[in-house]
Amino acid sequence: MSEKQLQEKKLQEKQAPKPKSAPEAKAKRFCTISDVEINRLYTADDIDQSKLAEKLGEPGEPPYTRGIHRDMYRSRGWTMRQFAGMGNARQTNERYHYLLAQKTGGLSVAFDLPTLMGYDSDHANSLGEVGKCGVAIDTLADFEVLFEGIALDGVSTSMTINSPASILFAMYLALAEKQGVAWDKLRGTLQNDILKEYIAQKEWIYPPRPSVRLITDLVEFCVKEAPQWHPISISGYHIREAGSTAAQELAFTLADGFCYTEEAIKRGLDVDSFAPRLSHFFNAHSDFFEEIAKYRAARRIYYKIMKERFGAKSEKSLKLKFHTQTAGCSLTAQQPENNIVRTAIQGLSAVLGGTQSLHTNSMDETLALPSDKAALIALRTQQVIAEETGVTNTVDPLGGSYFIEALTDKIEAEAMAYLDEIEERGGVIECVEEGYFQREISRASSRYQGEVESGERKIVGVNDYVIEETGPSIPVLIIDREVEEEQVKLLQKVRAERDNERIKSALAELQACARGDGNTMYPILDAVRAYASVGEICDALREVWGEYTEPPVI
Amino acid sequence: MAEKDTSNKKIRVLLAKPGLDGHDRGIKVIATALRDAGMEVIYTGLRQTPETIVNAAIEEDVDGIGVSILSGAHMTLFPAILAQLKKQGVDDIVLFGGGIVPNEDKEKLEKAGVKKVFTPGAPIVEIIDFVRNEVGRNRADEKIM
Amino acid sequence: MSSGTLLQRFEAGDIRALARIISFVENQEDGYRELLSRLYRKPRHAVRIGLTGPPGAGKSTLVDSASRKMLKAGNDVCVIAVDPSSPFTGGALLGDRVRFKEETQGGRHFFRSMASRGSSGGLSGATDNVALVLDSFGFDFVLIETVGVGQVELDIVNNCDLVAVVLVPESGDAVQTLKAGLTEIADIFVVNKADRSGADRIVTDLTSMLMLRSGQKTHPTVAKNPNIPVISTDAVHETNLDELVNYFDSLIADRKESGEFDVRRRRQVLRKVSRLLQHRFMTETLQRSSSKAEIDRAVDSILAGKDDPYSTADRLFSETNLAPQSC
Repeated sequence: MSEKQLQEKKLQEKQAPKPKSAPEAKAKRFCTISDVEINRLYTADDIDQSKLAEKLGEPGEPPYTRGIHRDMYRSRGWTMRQFAGMGNARQTNERYHYLLAQKTGGLSVAFDLPTLMGYDSDHANSLGEVGKCGVAIDTLADFEVLFEGIALDGVSTSMTINSPASILFAMYLALAEKQGVAWDKLRGTLQNDILKEYIAQKEWIYPPRPSVRLITDLVEFCVKEAPQWHPISISGYHIREAGSTAAQELAFTLADGFCYTEEAIKRGLDVDSFAPRLSHFFNAHSDFFEEIAKYRAARRIYYKIMKERFGAKSEKSLKLKFHTQTAGCSLTAQQPENNIVRTAIQGLSAVLGGTQSLHTNSMDETLALPSDKAALIALRTQQVIAEETGVTNTVDPLGGSYFIEALTDKIEAEAMAYLDEIEERGGVIECVEEGYFQREISRASSRYQGEVESGERKIVGVNDYVIEETGPSIPVLIIDREVEEEQVKLLQKVRAERDNERIKSALAELQACARGDGNTMYPILDAVRAYASVGEICDALREVWGEYTEPPVI
Repeated sequence: MAEKDTSNKKIRVLLAKPGLDGHDRGIKVIATALRDAGMEVIYTGLRQTPETIVNAAIEEDVDGIGVSILSGAHMTLFPAILAQLKKQGVDDIVLFGGGIVPNEDKEKLEKAGVKKVFTPGAPIVEIIDFVRNEVGRNRADEKIM
Repeated sequence: MSSGTLLQRFEAGDIRALARIISFVENQEDGYRELLSRLYRKPRHAVRIGLTGPPGAGKSTLVDSASRKMLKAGNDVCVIAVDPSSPFTGGALLGDRVRFKEETQGGRHFFRSMASRGSSGGLSGATDNVALVLDSFGFDFVLIETVGVGQVELDIVNNCDLVAVVLVPESGDAVQTLKAGLTEIADIFVVNKADRSGADRIVTDLTSMLMLRSGQKTHPTVAKNPNIPVISTDAVHETNLDELVNYFDSLIADRKESGEFDVRRRRQVLRKVSRLLQHRFMTETLQRSSSKAEIDRAVDSILAGKDDPYSTADRLFSETNLAPQSC
């Protein structure tokens, strides 16, 4: 019997149903939230000891399973980055000043849905949505207010924007020009990950191919003009929120990143010129150990593929850096205070998994945008983990645990199988167009939903431990509807005061560029400097590329 | 297929996502659940305007319209659909929905004519029972010829 | 709500009344036969075009884009899209409307989703009647999209004046198409998603195969036409859609001129009458000749080796007043 067979046999024995005399094993399945079966006990037999050293490495050493830094949080804590943005630019600017005073580590911009979808605030489709889920931005004039009193070379800014990312980034660059800050001093991250939009979040404008070209243009631009900026945050967060398993989140996210890498290399960029600026963004869900295993497997796979497939040489290209946000989909409207507890445990898993930055959700997320108090508790949760629990004292404290290492191997294998499958199907874009990801996720999410409905999976306060409640017991933030009217007035004022001839020629130039193969960043910058609006620029590109409709997958 | 004279009416429901957010996981779960409960579900997809939703409901001759709004625009979009129904002279199609809706708004909407607003965590059985019992009950009985 | 009966409002062009009447016919509610009798006597002129093909061929997008081309040319166009009903629960998820974009320019545009409700031929048993309702309403074109399970959906031939079989480069080679019997029902082949690799190959394959097969037998309701055109389209980018719509127009015109169009309609009506007759006859025979128990006894005898199905059928038939009276 080969070693592998031996191990399989042992595994079968361990998972085999207990004899009838052992009532504790009756019918109940022990599975992670992603339906990975968990054994009663993990021992040295679950780990291939001969390969352990090679699989783990030292922290800061390949394959980076134990983390990308030698000293991890002993030398530098993670960035506590709280997503914020609501109403108009003025209100968000006030929130930023408040957060900076609370010693938050970086700014994070949440845009409203019209901005994310490339519509101006006065577009018919924007009705009722302006300023609702984030800040409303139409033109550079709004950006000037958004960052009033904040020097752009003194902060690191993360912007959650995808399809119109180039436009909002161009506004940031134009604002830096106005502040007299050189572009190479700018630090921050754009989400700019369109592939996961097709897979999960569905905030797309154009079809996949021109969308990926926009991203490649931006990557190329950053290599040349803004070398400190992270042009893409390759995001699994939304894939998970859409109901995927942990392994799917991992595999689909990495596949997206490899697709961008491939495109940039095709463009003629050296992998080591841009790969160090790629970052990832994962979810921290409720299954504590599974999440930790996921982050560790992520680093190991990334290292291997960047090295072997793309020939990256720079150490920075081989290290997977990631931001984490706790799982919004795990929060409940019932007994919302319980969400503080969920978030704390999820945040802890991200820290034990070696995250570089963290967003902890506010307890009122399922009810409305975070109130000041809820947002503060969320930030304090991270500070408690960092300052009081002691988990930062040593690097990768769970490394070598039989269970954690076995689970890391298992998730790695499952994710690798998905990556192979995607390749076989012709790559990420083909899989998007054909609905593959959507189907896989939908299957996983139905399975989970079924478990909750049947009561097999318990959600505290929802299908068990339920109490009578009358309405939300926590105060929630309501965005008043005047925001929309004000924003529309502001936009119309800008339109009346700017040089509209200049806009016309800038947009025509952009369309010409889009039809050809130039870098779209430069004409977008020109349009933004002239105070062209997000909607106008997107419309110009819609005319050239059309809009995307997804294959229906239910 | 043989033609028979016995009527085989089914509950028909239109499910739509108005507004700009793309979170369609919830509405797809509902779509599948209603189908499995023996209903005919017409799913119209993302980013539908109140006008297209009501037009579709009329063309499909549905008994009810279910919408999901997670973006916070419920106080604009629900009333806009109600207004559109009124404008088209429709008074026998039930409007219901779900989303992140604070209790205070839920009460207002239900008073304004939305038959029922479900909030996160509502059990699917409850939604199925609601559709089975409340939707399609008050279809106007019109003379054919 | 406007006044008058549904039929009066229908005749006045009220969309709500149209939608109601479709349900009425689809559900076979009391009086639907009388209503159909009325509609059959009304002037009508719509051309019915069926689109069938395997899942993932982009039929919905193609139907949507083609219908909008027709609208822009000033036609009133409606679409019937059929999706399967669950055989277990009878429920159905009708998702084709996702692809439908309302067109405000040009003629009237109407879309109706239908569940197959137990029929296995790719359409619903009521599709023909629903198409009649739409035709009576005054539409110029009725586009009918089948369930699309990948096997031959013969209903489409019996319900349409023209059948387009939609394939994609991934549909496999021409031999598979042949095996599936699709060549026997197609009046035109559309290779959609022509921007993908393999599109040219499948077009060439199909064309040469069709040339080889010309002159062979086709489905009985399809007039013999050795020259089935093959056209490649890309519905998403609206490539070649004008050409497709022009093809439809010229095929219809040719067939009207040659008389094939009417031959096919005759066959369809004849088939419908035969089926109704068959159904009627079955019910009558079974009701008249025997109680259920009697038939059960006959079946028992056959199973016991004392009788046979042929003699049983002859005996049952002879008990009706249709049987020739022996003198």
